[in-house]
Amino acid sequence: MEIKKLKEQANIIRKDIIEMLVEAKSGHSAGPLGMADVFTALYFGDVLKHDPKNPKWEQRDRLVLSNGHICPVHYATLARVGYFPIEELKTLRKLGSRLQGHPHNAALPGIETSSGPLGQGISQAIGMALAVKMDKKKNQIYVISSDGEHDEGQTWEAIMFAGKNKMDNLTNIMDRNNIQIDGFTEDVMPLEPLRDKYEAFGWHVIDIDGHNIQEIIDACNQAKAIFEKPVVILAHTIPGKGVDFMEFDFKWHGKAPCAEEGQKALDCLRTLDGKIKGEHE
Amino acid sequence: MSKEKNMDLEKNVYQKEKLEQKPTRNGYGQGLVELGKRSEDVVVLCADLTGSTRSAMFQKEFPDRFIQVGIAEQNMLSIAAGLAFSGKVPFVSTYGVFCPGRNWDQLRVNVCYSKANVKLTGAHTGVSVGPDGATHQALEDIAITRCLPNMTVLAPCDMIETKKATIAAGEIKGPVYLRFAREATPIFTTVKTPFQIGQAEVFKQGKDVSVIACGPTVHEALLAAHDLAKENISVAVVNNHTIKPMDEKTIIEAAKTGAVVTAEDHQVMGGLGSAVAEVLATSLPAGRQVPMEMIAVQDRFGESGQPEELMKEYGLLAEDIKQAIKKVIKRK
Repeated sequence: MEIKKLKEQANIIRKDIIEMLVEAKSGHSAGPLGMADVFTALYFGDVLKHDPKNPKWEQRDRLVLSNGHICPVHYATLARVGYFPIEELKTLRKLGSRLQGHPHNAALPGIETSSGPLGQGISQAIGMALAVKMDKKKNQIYVISSDGEHDEGQTWEAIMFAGKNKMDNLTNIMDRNNIQIDGFTEDVMPLEPLRDKYEAFGWHVIDIDGHNIQEIIDACNQAKAIFEKPVVILAHTIPGKGVDFMEFDFKWHGKAPCAEEGQKALDCLRTLDGKIKGEHE
Repeated sequence: MSKEKNMDLEKNVYQKEKLEQKPTRNGYGQGLVELGKRSEDVVVLCADLTGSTRSAMFQKEFPDRFIQVGIAEQNMLSIAAGLAFSGKVPFVSTYGVFCPGRNWDQLRVNVCYSKANVKLTGAHTGVSVGPDGATHQALEDIAITRCLPNMTVLAPCDMIETKKATIAAGEIKGPVYLRFAREATPIFTTVKTPFQIGQAEVFKQGKDVSVIACGPTVHEALLAAHDLAKENISVAVVNNHTIKPMDEKTIIEAAKTGAVVTAEDHQVMGGLGSAVAEVLATSLPAGRQVPMEMIAVQDRFGESGQPEELMKEYGLLAEDIKQAIKKVIKRK
């Protein structure tokens, strides 16, 4: 898919996210909007080897979502790429839904693990990457992690293990959006210098603009080509990307828009932040 | 009690001094090697305790399927879940205080909720761990594993049964917790003694009272029962190695003696005794409820000491079980 189309696809996913959150009346806004370009690149940009019609396909690459609270972006992407009906997105967080408030592998096709408690995804991805190596296969294992969950000790246990074992079939894409529930990451618990820390643990580090789809695709391809080292892609993103009143505001980390805010957000996305004429004007 | 079944116990079962004594965890190492031969998918993880968990036995035979994670029990259990999602059958080896103690969140979400086919093992459980003291004596592991959906919880009674339990755990699908003791304990079952997950076995028939026990405490119960026969008290002994799922049928049948004593080297709250009480309280009709006594650690932490001293101090020996039996009979 050409980049222009991918950008449009990411915008469709952002609209889905807003509609889902308004309907659910709870959930996280900033993270999902900020990661829409990364998810679009992975699933629509020929990065992930996967088959929506055969979610358990043995040859598939794995994508482990470690920061489960951004699942609306994963759900919207999976629905748009064909894992389940788009209408089902409206069931998010409702009784009996396969779209749990935090993702559950046993509930929904395309979801590899259950997540929510932070700091556990890299470890699980390592387990998958070890299995691939033991079986002498070539699949790539991707983790999506948040910057905030690098507060967790287990994250660093996993980073140390992957470095020791030269897990070159493992790619960690970190959503470096600088916010967590209580504020900016560097105020709550400083994480920098992230590049130096990862390199000290034996990883290869790539910094990218997490909203430049071509850069995301190129970084993933580069990561696959790196030999004998796990790779972290520090995807610098804007939390709430695409909705002007949410961007950079940590208050939207763990909050869903009300109906009125949702309408404003959708208008913002439809007009590409005022750059084109909106249908409600 | 109902129909007799030959348990094929060791012929010197009631003469402790004549029985060979080995730690149950040795059976784990043997079981792992056997499983490793049977299936390429079996892998073993350890957090810097290969010798004392006996996972070294597997490491020696199958180095390519052994994973050293360092002192990182949370990482270890989540890695195991990832391996299980990719078709492997991982066995996680460390002390009970660390797994399921330290990594309970990972157990709850990555393993049980996610239905990962992970087997976790707690070596060094109970006050019988001895001189290492309270920090290393897992007394809560049964309570915090049996409360999790999708979980199977096993506490085998001696080394031979531990080997059987390890192999059986590897051959069923789903999360299993296996509980081991540190000290050498009498080997009183044989290769022929029946073992099936979910099937409690009546090791000794009796009419007046039933002792339901798990782990090496089963042998203490047998010694108590044997002694009391001399005082014309007829005691049944049930080896309840599977604490989840409980063999409700056998437990209800055992309660027909009219009195029950449970015995375990674990906290009294949430362990085997609680599990038995849950079954009986919700199953027996009014008028047929039975009095119960629970031999267990009574809501205190362990401490340093020799295993035998501690078993005495904490009231977990045959002599204590005898007293509990007499007490429960008085309450009939």
